[in-house]
Amino acid sequence: MQAANANTAPTDTTDYVTVFVGETMFGLTIDRVHDVFVPAGITPVPLAPKEIVGLLNLRGRVVTALCLRRRLSLANREAGAAQMAIGLEQAGETFALIVDGVGEVLKLGAETHEPVPINLDARWRDLSLGVHRLDGRLLVILDVDALLAFGDAGRDAKVA
Amino acid sequence: MDDLLREFLVESAEHLDTVDAELVRFEQDPNNQQILRNIFRLVHTIKGTCGFLGLPRLEALAHAAETLMGRFRDGYPVSGASVTLILATLDRLKAILADLEASGSEPTGTDEDLIGALELMSSDESAVAAPAPAPAAIVLPPPVERELKPGEVSLEDLERAFMEAPGPEEFAPAAPVAPPAPALPEPVAEAEEALEPAAAPEPRAAAGPSEGGEGAIAKVQTIRVNVDTIEHLMTMVSELVLTRNQLLEIARRHEDSSYKVPLQRLSHVTAELQEGVMKTRMQPIGNAWQKLPRVVRDLSAELGKGIDLVMAGAETELDRQVLDVIKDPLTHMVRNSADHGIEATNERLKSGKPARGTIRLSAYHEGGTITIEIADDGKGLDLAAIRRKAIERSFAPAAEIERMTDAQVAKFIFHAGFSTAKAITSVSGRGVGMDVVKTNIETIGGVVDIATELGKGTTFTIKIPLTLAIVSALIVKAGAQRYAVPQIAVLELVRVDARGAKEGANAIERIHGAPVLRLRERLLPIVTLDGLMRGQATVNEGEIVESGFVVVAQVGRQRFGVLVDEVFHTEEIVVKPMSSKLRHIPLFAGNTILGDGAVVLIVDPNGVAKLVGQSAQSGAAAEAEAEEIEAGDAKSTLLVFKGGAGGFKAVPLSLVTRLEEIDASKIEHLGGRPLIQYRGRLMPLVPADPSVALRTEGTQALVVFSDGDRAMGLVVDEIVDIVEERLDIEISADRSDLIGSAVLRGRATDIINIAHFLPLAYDDWARGPRKAAVKAPSLLLVDDSAFFRDMLTPVLKAAGYGVTVASSADEAIAILLNNAGIDLVVSDLDMPGRSGFDLVGAMRKAGGRLAEMPVVALTGTVGPEAIEQARKLAINDLVAKFDRSGLLAALTEIGEPGLARAA
Repeated sequence: MQAANANTAPTDTTDYVTVFVGETMFGLTIDRVHDVFVPAGITPVPLAPKEIVGLLNLRGRVVTALCLRRRLSLANREAGAAQMAIGLEQAGETFALIVDGVGEVLKLGAETHEPVPINLDARWRDLSLGVHRLDGRLLVILDVDALLAFGDAGRDAKVA
Repeated sequence: MDDLLREFLVESAEHLDTVDAELVRFEQDPNNQQILRNIFRLVHTIKGTCGFLGLPRLEALAHAAETLMGRFRDGYPVSGASVTLILATLDRLKAILADLEASGSEPTGTDEDLIGALELMSSDESAVAAPAPAPAAIVLPPPVERELKPGEVSLEDLERAFMEAPGPEEFAPAAPVAPPAPALPEPVAEAEEALEPAAAPEPRAAAGPSEGGEGAIAKVQTIRVNVDTIEHLMTMVSELVLTRNQLLEIARRHEDSSYKVPLQRLSHVTAELQEGVMKTRMQPIGNAWQKLPRVVRDLSAELGKGIDLVMAGAETELDRQVLDVIKDPLTHMVRNSADHGIEATNERLKSGKPARGTIRLSAYHEGGTITIEIADDGKGLDLAAIRRKAIERSFAPAAEIERMTDAQVAKFIFHAGFSTAKAITSVSGRGVGMDVVKTNIETIGGVVDIATELGKGTTFTIKIPLTLAIVSALIVKAGAQRYAVPQIAVLELVRVDARGAKEGANAIERIHGAPVLRLRERLLPIVTLDGLMRGQATVNEGEIVESGFVVVAQVGRQRFGVLVDEVFHTEEIVVKPMSSKLRHIPLFAGNTILGDGAVVLIVDPNGVAKLVGQSAQSGAAAEAEAEEIEAGDAKSTLLVFKGGAGGFKAVPLSLVTRLEEIDASKIEHLGGRPLIQYRGRLMPLVPADPSVALRTEGTQALVVFSDGDRAMGLVVDEIVDIVEERLDIEISADRSDLIGSAVLRGRATDIINIAHFLPLAYDDWARGPRKAAVKAPSLLLVDDSAFFRDMLTPVLKAAGYGVTVASSADEAIAILLNNAGIDLVVSDLDMPGRSGFDLVGAMRKAGGRLAEMPVVALTGTVGPEAIEQARKLAINDLVAKFDRSGLLAALTEIGEPGLARAA
């Protein structure tokens, strides 16, 4: 996760898996993404934090599914709308991040990177590491650790 | 750290534990050459490996210890002091190993002290030869004697093999070793003679690392496997089982039988594989016991008591996960038996017991569980003392304790903060531990029982499941979801049908909204699983349960029924832990994947029991909000007393200043009102109920309330008890002297309204009531006096408000800014620092929601000035401090939109 540094050599690139939620395109560093799959058979967990959609069986492992929309305080997706899941791992536990769709993998350098605009909603600001200027649209880079730091785990997991 | 070193660390730690245990055995049985040989071999191995790995410090220590042990082999008498010294050396070795593990290199330091002492002892010739082997040795019975099975080698043959085999050089000077005692039916005496130090100098390998008496026979081929590897295997096998189940399901639907045979084989192999992998997780319980002989030896030295530890069933296997959990509790219980159970030697002799006490530890399989017993032949539990202590510490109401059976009373020793030891020793008696023991055992679904007889001893029986990884569970459905309920907590299943009630079928009945079931002449409280999952412990009035199943569960002493819609079947499920994000939910013990691939949640009976315990007292409480559940531990401590017509009444203990018993003759009357002189002042007395008459003789019970310098005595018939329970007030009584009633300890109890009594004592504590504004769910109560906060909170809660409290204007502002859920504010005006007016001013300035938020102000005096200022700040109402009904009326009015107005 490079800082926005103008001096960084242009060869210094990172691969991002792009995902969509509504109109916005988000990027996740590829080394944190273990899986991309279609979520099915989610078991809801009563009394769980609102971000958690439930548990699902991913090839014999029980995975906690959390909804990116709810995490970003967006409206729920319409019933029956397409959804995809990104398998993430943190501290030996697997999580599935439910998104609207998954796009291609982009190789991006530091030259298109910008810091998070200060006027962005605070909830979004805490979850992003920066923005990439792409042709015709913007890519918001998500901070996986911050994304998974909710509930009782506290927000101190990642400050930078 | 390289692999070699890691391997060495693991191995040495095991060896040292074995040596620990063996040494203690050896001390008691100093002529058992086999034990000695075993010890010698292990220490020698450590020494050798240290030399090889270049660990001089360890090597030097091990060498010194080995030298002394070599002397034992030569017939040097084994004394307690020498064993202690070797044990100390082993401890040092362990400490160095621990450092080695942490840092990867041998720590610096010197062991001259120990090495010096060891050398001194081994060079101490004087004591050597003369007292030779203890005469007691001759009496020693051969421990094992049995016919050889085919394929086994007799020990004599083995000995011969040793003699003929050339021993390693180091052992050249080694000792004349008598053929080991076991399995040697013939001349024991001869063997003993051979023990004379002078005899038989021929070289003999006492025990080479690869040979050795026991070693050669019992050598089992083992390899070390990383725990993670086994865990991973386990996961994979579980997955295989699931896939097989899916396949079977498909095959059932297809007629094509060509699958059937291979599928059946697959099924068979899978089952066997699963069993095999489960076995790899099993470990003998002896692993958890290994340290105990040493613990007991050290304890008996420290306490000056003779204690023997007898262990049986060490080979009983159980899951290593379970083993880890019970290791510490077991150690603690053995320590406890040694310290509290076994009497001092002279006491034992006085009561005609053998001087040495015995602690017997045994383990065996029984059904799907393993039973561990810890029995001592000590003094037994003093149940009378426990009873007294329990009453003294108010673990339960005195009357209840009196009625308890001995077994129930004995269980008080598991209560936190309980210790009857007269003196606190370094061993135990600090009153911590036994409660932890019980908790640990219960977390793995185990139970502890105590059988005790005064003067004869105490036996603790622990029953625990063999494994945690796979449990038998009942799959049930509630609402739209399926859940797994562990069978261990399930007593029985009862079908309930509301329509069948008349035909004698079981049906759920209600007492004031609380569902109960008549089960064999007993009432069982019922919770619905669906309701629990929605955050409600009880059933809403509207949801009349038509039919379903009641899962009767027992946790500890608590029995309750869980109502579910459907029961499917029982299944052996693989327990997977909850995600770290969900672990805080008390209702779930984990999750699992069923045969059809679906994930289901495993209900934790302990968690449910806790919720039942909190809400079982409340009859209706249907409006239990999610927030309230979160703050569910908010228990109130209440003082229960008798006052008026024999009924029970209660008042929050936090309001009570003191409880007094006064001499009835001290009561004086002034102006027709009863008073007493109390702490140099006059204190008015107010009866708790018109029917309570002041006693004229004997003692009179009083509950004293005070605020600032004013005090009031509430006259009651009798003070009954103090109970700690979640205060759920059921009905708002019409009488102003009562807030409502609640069920405390199963008794209907009126909760009195102190606000009613204070003005009876002091006229100026109250002012005329004032009507003004209705109902809002969440309210912030600001008052600097804890007394008033505690007094008003139950009143407001009973009126249906969620109450948050703040003790100052600053705290209130902070809460208001951070908590969007607050709908209105009730604030005292007179507070130190920033006053109520300052608070409201700040709110109005803050703008937005806070500027509009309704405020009810409480004041001691309602003057024109205050009214004027209140109007300016748009305070909805001013209410006199003790005017409960005025306050409620004001709040009611605010609740009606558009009607909010200034007073």
